[in-house]
Amino acid sequence: MNTAQTVETQVSELRQIAKEIRRKSLEIIHRAGSGHPGGSLSAADIMTALYFGVMRYDSKNPKDPNRDRFVMSKGHATGVFYSVLSRAGYFADEDLVSYRKIGSKLNLSGHPHPKTPGVEIATGSLGQGLSVAHGIALAARLDNSDYKVYVLMGDGELQEGQVWEAAMSASKFNTNNLIAIVDFNKVAQDNITKDLKDIEPLEDKWRSFGWDVQRIDGHDMNQVYKALTLPLDETKPRVIIADTIKGKGVSFMEGKTSWHGVAPSDEDYEKALKELA
Amino acid sequence: MKDGATRDGYGACLEEIGANPKIVVLDAGVSDSTRSKKFGDKYPDRFFNMGISEGDMVCTAAGLATTGKVAFATGFACFLLGRTMDQTLVSVAYSNTNVKLVGTHSGLAVGEDGPTAQMIVDLAYTRAIPNMTVIQPADYEEAVQATKALVDHFGPVYMRLGRPKVKGIYDSSYKFQIGKGNVVKQGEKVVIFATGGMVQESMEAMKLLESDNINPTLVNISTIKPIDSELIVEQARKNGAVVTAEDHNIIGGLGDAVLEVLSDNDVTVPIRRLGVRDTFAETGSLKELYFKYGLSAQHIENTVRSLLK
Repeated sequence: MNTAQTVETQVSELRQIAKEIRRKSLEIIHRAGSGHPGGSLSAADIMTALYFGVMRYDSKNPKDPNRDRFVMSKGHATGVFYSVLSRAGYFADEDLVSYRKIGSKLNLSGHPHPKTPGVEIATGSLGQGLSVAHGIALAARLDNSDYKVYVLMGDGELQEGQVWEAAMSASKFNTNNLIAIVDFNKVAQDNITKDLKDIEPLEDKWRSFGWDVQRIDGHDMNQVYKALTLPLDETKPRVIIADTIKGKGVSFMEGKTSWHGVAPSDEDYEKALKELA
Repeated sequence: MKDGATRDGYGACLEEIGANPKIVVLDAGVSDSTRSKKFGDKYPDRFFNMGISEGDMVCTAAGLATTGKVAFATGFACFLLGRTMDQTLVSVAYSNTNVKLVGTHSGLAVGEDGPTAQMIVDLAYTRAIPNMTVIQPADYEEAVQATKALVDHFGPVYMRLGRPKVKGIYDSSYKFQIGKGNVVKQGEKVVIFATGGMVQESMEAMKLLESDNINPTLVNISTIKPIDSELIVEQARKNGAVVTAEDHNIIGGLGDAVLEVLSDNDVTVPIRRLGVRDTFAETGSLKELYFKYGLSAQHIENTVRSLLK
């Protein structure tokens, strides 16, 4: 196979995995009886591409110093995060039964904590992940390591001022092994992001902060894969603004604030699985 | 014994031990005043001046710490903690990252800059955070030794430092240990538990009392959490009356920590707590402020006398 064909095969495999990840995310949220389906479904393609096509890691050696790092800054998206980590081999599928349950041995809490294999840092208060990821990326430079640091943020999260403090910092230090991804699903908890407080013009904002900016359709696996595997800029940190749809893949959840933080009923869950078949 | 500010001890120690590649130091745009610049000048690759953005600094430190670094995040106490409650809780304490928050210019001791610069709630706040160790050295030597100790101690720490020069209390024969109080002087009838600059004020109070043959015990509590319960109980029982002294609001700091220990151990002795009486202070020199807000050597002296009546 030539390179183009290899990429095509990989992308089509990733599409299939993403569908399974969506099903798994809804399965664990439904079973838990609480969680955040909308923001998990919007991030499913990005997360799938990262863990099954892009990142370097050994799930049997989760603390391998040369691993690529991932920080889930939009910490409420544990539905998709834990589904991906489990499939990647950080823990067993059966462990997901304890998701959001008291006494969870791997601390599969509503929001991530580093006790869970594969999690670098606790998140759940928006706006902190980019700074943390930047700190890890700076350490790579000190240690002469070539690992990359990926961080996923929500679009509503960009209303937090600290994101822009970190954006300035990464630009100051020319931290080019830092790749931020914005899951731009247009919908926050209260309202559509634009009406809550508009974050556009988003490309201009990042560019003026000194970042290399890519904008893609976050559900087109071909674009997602290509953007995530693009060679690093020589000096600039990179942001990938991924236009996504909250609740993507389940028609009655798409674009709805009401599906931000509610688990599906048995009936809705069955309907959703049919759409994701 | 060396006179000097505790922030100077911190800066000098970082410079001295800075060759250790695990150490990284961050500052929020005040590195000259906090003395972290001394490290930065010598080890520029491992020094990150993040600018005036404390939240970003604390989380960047946490990120560095996840890779095995010992990350010192330095700033003025009022902003370092005041602006980062959430970052300190989530990225440092709950994540249990090896971040040392070092806040200088604490308390009324900062003086003329007024209440926005006078951090008097930091002990209450950091003491209430799970996983957090809280340290306040009393003089230059103890600040040097505490900084060294932090490198070998894994986990989140808040170290509270001061701006003004204080008289040396310890020489190099002193051995600072995290979690241990130190009996500066064994006396009788009253024990003063003091922390930070108030150890020096207490020593001056003791001089004033000496002429009347009043010789209280002075204990330096430099680790506020985990506090040296054993020593506090032992000295409270031995002396029979307690005074606490801190440049901090009277709610939630050393005084309350001592009360908690005594209460938990059924020690019922007279206790007087000296601290800022739940008010914002004002501008003024350290001496003026300590006198007006009840922290001066004379206040300690009078309190000891009142317990002996």
